[in-house]
Amino acid sequence: MHYPEVSFDERMATVEFRVGERAHITVDSDVCRSCTTKDCVHACPAGLFVPTTDGGILFNYEQCFECGTCYQVCNAEGAITWTYPAGGDGVVFRKG
Amino acid sequence: MPDDTMTADAVVVGAGPAGAAAALELARAGRNVVLVERGAYPGAKNVYGGVVYGRILDEVVPQWWTEVPVQRWVTRRATMVMTPTQALTVDYRTSAWDHSPYNGMTIYRGDFDTWLAGKAVAAGAQLVTSTVVTALLRDAAGRVTGVRTDRPGGDIHAKVVIACDGVNSFLAKEAGLLPRTSPEHTTLGVKEILALPREVIDERFGLVGDEGLDIEMLGCTSGIPGGGFLYTNLDTVSVGVVVGLTGLAAAKTRPEELIARVKAHPGVAPYLRGAELKEYSAHLIPEGGYRAMPRLAIDGMLVAGDAASMCLAAGLWLEGVNFAIGAGLAAGQTAAEAIAAGDTSARGLAGYRRRMEASFVLADHKRYRNAADIVLADRMQREYPGLICDFVEQVFTVTNPTPKIGMIREFFRAVRRNHVQLRSLARDGWRALRAFR
Ligand SMILES: Cc1cc2nc3c(=O)[nH]c(=O)nc-3n(C[C@H](O)[C@H](O)[C@H](O)COP(=O)(O)OP(=O)(O)OC[C@H]3O[C@@H](n4cnc5c(N)ncnc54)[C@H](O)[C@@H]3O)c2cc1C
Ligand code: SF4
Ligand code: SF4
Repeated sequence: MHYPEVSFDERMATVEFRVGERAHITVDSDVCRSCTTKDCVHACPAGLFVPTTDGGILFNYEQCFECGTCYQVCNAEGAITWTYPAGGDGVVFRKG
Repeated sequence: MPDDTMTADAVVVGAGPAGAAAALELARAGRNVVLVERGAYPGAKNVYGGVVYGRILDEVVPQWWTEVPVQRWVTRRATMVMTPTQALTVDYRTSAWDHSPYNGMTIYRGDFDTWLAGKAVAAGAQLVTSTVVTALLRDAAGRVTGVRTDRPGGDIHAKVVIACDGVNSFLAKEAGLLPRTSPEHTTLGVKEILALPREVIDERFGLVGDEGLDIEMLGCTSGIPGGGFLYTNLDTVSVGVVVGLTGLAAAKTRPEELIARVKAHPGVAPYLRGAELKEYSAHLIPEGGYRAMPRLAIDGMLVAGDAASMCLAAGLWLEGVNFAIGAGLAAGQTAAEAIAAGDTSARGLAGYRRRMEASFVLADHKRYRNAADIVLADRMQREYPGLICDFVEQVFTVTNPTPKIGMIREFFRAVRRNHVQLRSLARDGWRALRAFR
């Protein structure tokens, strides 16, 4: 038995994000260019790390769960700068 | 320093179960306590699987079950051992769990955390939401004297800081108590909340009234160390997987794909037919347990809950909320006494650890300190589910006209077919017995 899965965009649309002005996570694409594993691309549950054709990473902080997976799996010093969004901003789990 | 800085007896960081419990005890002891939460409300940032084991709440409110915003009371607990096409389920049901004081309840974190923090507020704690603690304040000698927040002029000075800031605990890291990263001791949980009509849930899972079911799954994570879960709420079902970060990164599989595989499994799919996705979520879990716990008390600061790796995750168990509450209560009591005695140094706060060693919090962790290793070990994840399912399949397969070959031979056949080494099987069995004794 196989049921059609919702698309990734529909999946993310079930989550409420109060997007703050400040990017609470930033990624230094220059560091990423020399990264051979790119573990963040697969592991980030929100799918926010997108590889670019020049071997770097395009990152958008807006739909982030603030889980911490990315900085935990990234093995390149300085690639990811990770902070929490300002108080009240960011993900709002309605059920959790 | 701006004049609008606050001063309190104690500041508790994080209004999750640990923080709410700590603030409650301080407020009950008549202390002036500020509970700081970065979410817009307690629970807004929090995700878990879905079952709270409530006995520790006896220490929070008598007869808590009459008012807690429960979904269902768990009266059925099952463990599923799976391969991609097989599932062996051990299913336990008891009417002992369908009345007070109950055993476990499904409940949403938004509801539970708000309810629990409300108890602290009712006792006199001051809850400040939408506020991030960004750093520790320390004096020249290095002792913790308060916190900095992201509000303008938002320093809070206090005699004790209790860090209940969860798995990423930047406070424990700033104090040098935890390493910056520990992917080998951390798992990622991803979860879907799926809507189904209440009657459909009752029928499919064989439940009546407010009864609930909890299923734990082993062998459903495509060889990545971890497991899966399914919990029934009133009119939704929570389905998810928990996987080790190191294994997940190495496998190059997307987390939502792992949930999709569980949902499509022949042992799970019929339960979920027609269900609609209501919320997708993700959160980390500290699984290092006893051996990964940091120092719990330093000058001016205590650490409790996930921040101190107090989640008991040993395969059959995923208990974090009750441990966080137990630790929070102990931290709050210890802090209140230390403030009253005028000594909030590490020595003055040392009673915290003693309290928890005498309670389930550290006793259970100590007892099961090797259990997670066993459950997450490669063979347990990749070989044994297949061995067990194959054996059971052979036992239940009627091979007429070929005569039966007997259980023992079936077992050794399954061992061979699944390329299991008997020597490692015996060794793992022995280790498992010891780890869970
Ligand atoms: C997928 C999954 C399934 C689980 N299943 C279960 C289960 O079924 N049963 C169970 O008992 N446990 C379960 N757990 C474990 C349980 O969720 C945790 O152990 C428990 O929530 C720990 O409580 P805590 O108060 O220590 O931390 P948390 O609940 O994480 O609370 C920490 C709080 O601190 C706040 N915070 C963090 N940093 C700051 C800051 N700098 N400033 C202000 N506020 C801050 C956060 O917003 C949060 O509210 C599960 C966990 C996961 C991820
Ligand atoms: S963020 Fe880290 S893991 Fe991801 S590509 Fe950059 S260096 Fe590699
Ligand atoms: S914190 Fe989690 S959701 Fe946010 S970018 Fe990192 S991995 Fe993705």
